[in-house]
Amino acid sequence: MRRALAVLLLSLPALAAAALSDEQQARYDALIRELRCLVCQNETIADSTAPLAADLRQQVEAQIAAGRSDAEIKRYLTDRYGDFVLYRPPFKAKTWLLWGGPFVVLLFALIVALRFARARKVAAPAAVDREALQRLLAEEYRREPKPDVESR
Amino acid sequence: MRLRYVVPALVLVGLVVLFAAGLKRDPREVPSPLIGKPAPAFSLAVLGHPEQPYTIADLKGRAVLVNFFASWCAACRVEHPFLMRLAGQGVEIIGIDYKDSDADGAAWLARHGNPYRTVVADPQGAMGLDWGVYGAPETYVLDAAGTIVYKQIGPLGEEVWRDKVAPLLGAGP
Repeated sequence: MRRALAVLLLSLPALAAAALSDEQQARYDALIRELRCLVCQNETIADSTAPLAADLRQQVEAQIAAGRSDAEIKRYLTDRYGDFVLYRPPFKAKTWLLWGGPFVVLLFALIVALRFARARKVAAPAAVDREALQRLLAEEYRREPKPDVESR
Repeated sequence: MRLRYVVPALVLVGLVVLFAAGLKRDPREVPSPLIGKPAPAFSLAVLGHPEQPYTIADLKGRAVLVNFFASWCAACRVEHPFLMRLAGQGVEIIGIDYKDSDADGAAWLARHGNPYRTVVADPQGAMGLDWGVYGAPETYVLDAAGTIVYKQIGPLGEEVWRDKVAPLLGAGP
């Protein structure tokens, strides 16, 4: 009896999803991982247990079963909730900073790094000609021998 | 090189301004794409009167407030006295009993008072979904043509009413 009940309970989700073909099920699984739950905000509707997320999952499932495309379903949701429901919002006038911001910061950092590197290069001593240096030092020693060297 | 000190200072100031502005914004408020658009159609029935339909056509012809509430919604209790006051001033509020059983919704109104000209039952949240509702309370301000001119997420209060809603209704009541 208990076992029969357990089997029934375990098979419930399978029964609920039976309306979708394997291909549709794969699309459903992928789609609900790209949609944000508006209640919990940092969870996809796949992860969220909020009632609204359940409603949205049901909508997605029903619309896939009705033969609508992923783009149509996303459109349906953004018409109601805005681009915020999409975990990957489209690139447009309102979102250019969101998408482009990191690259702008990276570019800025590169410019700063380049300037910094160039400033360091100028400050660093020029490449040393070892032979010339040896010659100069030798000349210097000959002219003014160090006192402590002399005294020994 | 003085630039080396100026640039980080400018970046810091920029970040402070950016974060200060960010602190003032409520991330829970998702701006509705429906502002400025015609209110989505729906076809429901008046609470307690399943035989009496209520549709989008019933919302047109004058400015109205459409308030989504529910008996399970704690913030609606907070908002409720203000709605009662607005109703007392003659503001027309249509209540949508959102994802609630008719019995619970009716009992809640009987206990606390009913600020709504009409209460519409949306037990499945179907209208809520089409209107982009993601919690209760949410209030939509519709003009006479049935266009959504403002959406309040969370309880409507004195401040929002005075600063945001009343000016839209053209110095109405």
